[in-house]
Amino acid sequence: MPLHLTAAEEQMLSGQDGEGVALAMRVVVGQARISGAPRLVEITSAHVDSCLYHGQVSLDFVHSLVDLGAKVRVPTTLNVGSTDLIHPTLVRDRQLAKAGRELMTAYAELGGTPTFTCAPYQLPNRPALGEHIAWAESNAIVFANSVLGARTDRYGDFLDVCAAITARAPYAGLQTPEARVGTVAFDCRPLGDFLHSELAYPLLGHHIGSIVGAGIPVLTGIPADVTEDDLKALGAAAASAGGVALFHVVGVTPEAPVSIDDLPVYTVDLRTLQEVRRALSSTGPELDAVSVGTPHASYDECVRLAELVAGPPLHLPFYLSTSRATRDRLGEKLQVLERAGVTVVVDTCTYVTAILQPTWKRVMTNSGKWAHYAPGNINVTAVLGSLAECVASARAGRVVLDS
Amino acid sequence: VILHGLTLHPGTATGRPIRLTAPLSFWGGTDADGRIVDAHHPQCGAVLTSRFLLMESGRGSSSASSVLAEQIRARTAPAAIVLARSDPIIPLGALIAAELYDLFLPVVVAPYDTIPDDTVLHVAATADHATITWSTFTS
Repeated sequence: MPLHLTAAEEQMLSGQDGEGVALAMRVVVGQARISGAPRLVEITSAHVDSCLYHGQVSLDFVHSLVDLGAKVRVPTTLNVGSTDLIHPTLVRDRQLAKAGRELMTAYAELGGTPTFTCAPYQLPNRPALGEHIAWAESNAIVFANSVLGARTDRYGDFLDVCAAITARAPYAGLQTPEARVGTVAFDCRPLGDFLHSELAYPLLGHHIGSIVGAGIPVLTGIPADVTEDDLKALGAAAASAGGVALFHVVGVTPEAPVSIDDLPVYTVDLRTLQEVRRALSSTGPELDAVSVGTPHASYDECVRLAELVAGPPLHLPFYLSTSRATRDRLGEKLQVLERAGVTVVVDTCTYVTAILQPTWKRVMTNSGKWAHYAPGNINVTAVLGSLAECVASARAGRVVLDS
Repeated sequence: VILHGLTLHPGTATGRPIRLTAPLSFWGGTDADGRIVDAHHPQCGAVLTSRFLLMESGRGSSSASSVLAEQIRARTAPAAIVLARSDPIIPLGALIAAELYDLFLPVVVAPYDTIPDDTVLHVAATADHATITWSTFTS
């Protein structure tokens, strides 16, 4: 399909708006051709994942854009980086921390807001139903599409910032209404009361992601009072286990269908989720540390953790990853957390950089996404539990599960 | 034998195939040396460097384009990538490596089931069209 560009877009491509804009437009146009897009679409916001350091290429690319004078044209949030700029001594690898800081600073120079969070949907001014946006970071993509009903395709690193600089994205994939229709249904009613426990959602997310790949799941039987934190956990696990960029929950999310009659249906029962837990979570009592807050803990989750840790002391290192914005809102709760021995990590996350000690072998988490990626990234085995089980285990110095 | 495909990113390459039985995310799934480190992946431990990677599609992470571009820069990437269905993030990594370093890793969509394992493959991918060829006389 030939790609049609407007006069303004041709002008950006030709270098009339500067060489930085031209480079960004070549990348957007290249991606449009890859996706078979007939045209580009104007976007209202961007979320940039490229500020996480992956090697020299990360710096080479952003320095090219900065040197060529590029600036973002739409409100742009920045994803986590490789270091915690507020607690810089937390990252053990000095080289990585230095490169991480250089990269994060360069993205702010391009005009990105230094939010450094993987959960931009927890910040004010989030996109509305039907808005075209260009968000990278798989959990942010799936949340924006599913829970907010904004429209973003799965964008990789580099494209995100190029979309921010040109205010354009390829009109393809989930930007188009016809691609947003559910493809497979999951009947969750047999899970019954378990759907009122927070652990149901990372397990369910991992399960549906493993089955549908990049398909669009439609869930039925989810309680109407399911929280945004539950949907965050579900989407993050589904995006990492498969390639899920959009899900619908009947009666909950804005674009969900009324009925699933015309879709193939999988039934999810407790046994299925017990098997998922066994696959994601190793068994045995030994435990070296606990890490919660992947994706970044919301204000509500931080407050609940502060309530849980008030009491007998924790005997294991305990990490909470959240955004600097949420940390700033915590007030006295932050002191409660820190007095209890919780290390609050901002701007980054424990499984994407060198924060945990290399001698630690088994780490407990409340996140399906962390349990999926941490073994490959930082060479630990994961134990998955609820927030309350994480706190109970840190108190006991060994794994304590409710059931 | 000739197999025709769709070009996601142009380039030419030669190499021995490595066939994955599950989608792979380069980020979290491979290390800087091109080795599969995703403990859940059936081919965990395999090295992709200089191989002709045959896999259904990419998966998950947005960072896969960064990781692939860095592997291309460091010369630890596969020689070519053949996918069963189009993926937006993998060819983006190849596009950036071409912009920054003038290095071209071909990314192609083709029905690769007919490709034998014990052979040497050659791909020529232009903007319009891709062909994958191999000899039926295997060593």
